[in-house]
Amino acid sequence: MAYKPHTYSLPPLGYEYNALEPHISAQIMELHHSKHHNTYITSLNAALSNLATASAAGDVPGQIALQPLIKFHGGGHINHSLFWQNLAPASSAEAKPSSAPKLTEAIKQTWGDEAAFREAFKAALLGIQGSGWGWLVKVEGATKDDRLTIVTTKDQDPIVGKGEVPIFGVDMWEHAYYLQYLNGKAAYVDNIWNIINWKTAEERYLGKQGDAFKVLKASM
Amino acid sequence: MSSTLLRTTALRSALRTATTTSSKKAALSGMTITRGKATLPDLPYDYGALEPAISGQIMELHHSKHHNTYVTSLNNFSTQLAEAQAGQDYQKQIALQPLINFHGGGHINHSLFWENLAPKSQGGGEPPAGALAKEIDESFGSLDGLKEKMNTALAGIQGSGWAWLVQDTQTGKIGIKTYANQDPVVGQFRPLLGIDAWEHAYYLQYQNRKAEYFGAIWDVINWKAAEKRFK
Ligand SMILES: [Fe+2]
Ligand SMILES: [Fe+2]
Repeated sequence: MAYKPHTYSLPPLGYEYNALEPHISAQIMELHHSKHHNTYITSLNAALSNLATASAAGDVPGQIALQPLIKFHGGGHINHSLFWQNLAPASSAEAKPSSAPKLTEAIKQTWGDEAAFREAFKAALLGIQGSGWGWLVKVEGATKDDRLTIVTTKDQDPIVGKGEVPIFGVDMWEHAYYLQYLNGKAAYVDNIWNIINWKTAEERYLGKQGDAFKVLKASM
Repeated sequence: MSSTLLRTTALRSALRTATTTSSKKAALSGMTITRGKATLPDLPYDYGALEPAISGQIMELHHSKHHNTYVTSLNNFSTQLAEAQAGQDYQKQIALQPLINFHGGGHINHSLFWENLAPKSQGGGEPPAGALAKEIDESFGSLDGLKEKMNTALAGIQGSGWAWLVQDTQTGKIGIKTYANQDPVVGQFRPLLGIDAWEHAYYLQYQNRKAEYFGAIWDVINWKAAEKRFK
């Protein structure tokens, strides 16, 4: 009997499409969530279904050929799910770095101060050649303490390495900002600090990799 | 390089820099570098001339902002490269390679792309003729067959990139290849016709409906440019 894969569905946003204005317009949010993210999910479900068929048929080349599609669309689903959660309206308590006391302390220990961290993060984001994401990642130490690092990924590659916990990510695809910022992506990066959900960031920082992916399990 | 827009710009500069024997002296004098500056080519048509396939706003931003940034960055990193060569700093030279590839590729790709396009009044959308037309029929069955394959290739790009109709310099045959980000068509393949699949190329007009952009752009494809590049 063929294995039937889980089917994923679009997770609801925890806020209205216009809740991140003026930093991200409602038009961008609506297209980004209801169209772009939704397409990743539709394509992921199709790829997983094809994988199940190929697997049941003992079609190894077919299964291997599907891997890039699963990585791309699965990564798109993971990344956007995490992204919506790591944003919050600017006026909310969650958008204040003081909502993440342990994380901000670790950031200071790693980069000296918050401004230096933001500068390093911005430089990494603006250095992406093409589409991709920038992430603040906690790397769990096997023998040493956990450490923080800035990671950029191409296209929809997700942060799923062993012991890597994505704390927050910024979508640097042009669709994430173009309707509002046009070619001015530096301004998008500057403004996104106003809407980072530090409460979520703190939870992810204090949690494990599996905890960060709870939202995905909930959307099956 | 087959693009007239590119003459006297980046590639020749790179060639000159690479073939300068006493590069230290040349770099210090500043001549080689200054003479070889890449410049933003003028478009051979107005920004609004490709409407309704591509809006004037997209064309203006794409040419005067995006392409221009590639030109500026290429010149910046080319200067740094020349300095690193003059100083025999090989680590720095190697570190600069991805930046030259990206910004140099961005300059090359866009320069070729503008030539690939033309308003209907200047032959945009008119099917190819001559040897190239024959080769397209042989390789793809028909022009529609090529468009379909090219649109499938464009739709399959994961992230930013380009699809190109290329000619294999070894066999002379034509084919479709996709390239990530701004990777330019160099080496074994010769670029004939490229379509920019970065979101900035269509988003203001088509948003997430990129298939519509890939469908519409054929109305403003300048096959004469591809014919000239075809050998
Ligand atoms: Fe996105
Ligand atoms: Fe472009």
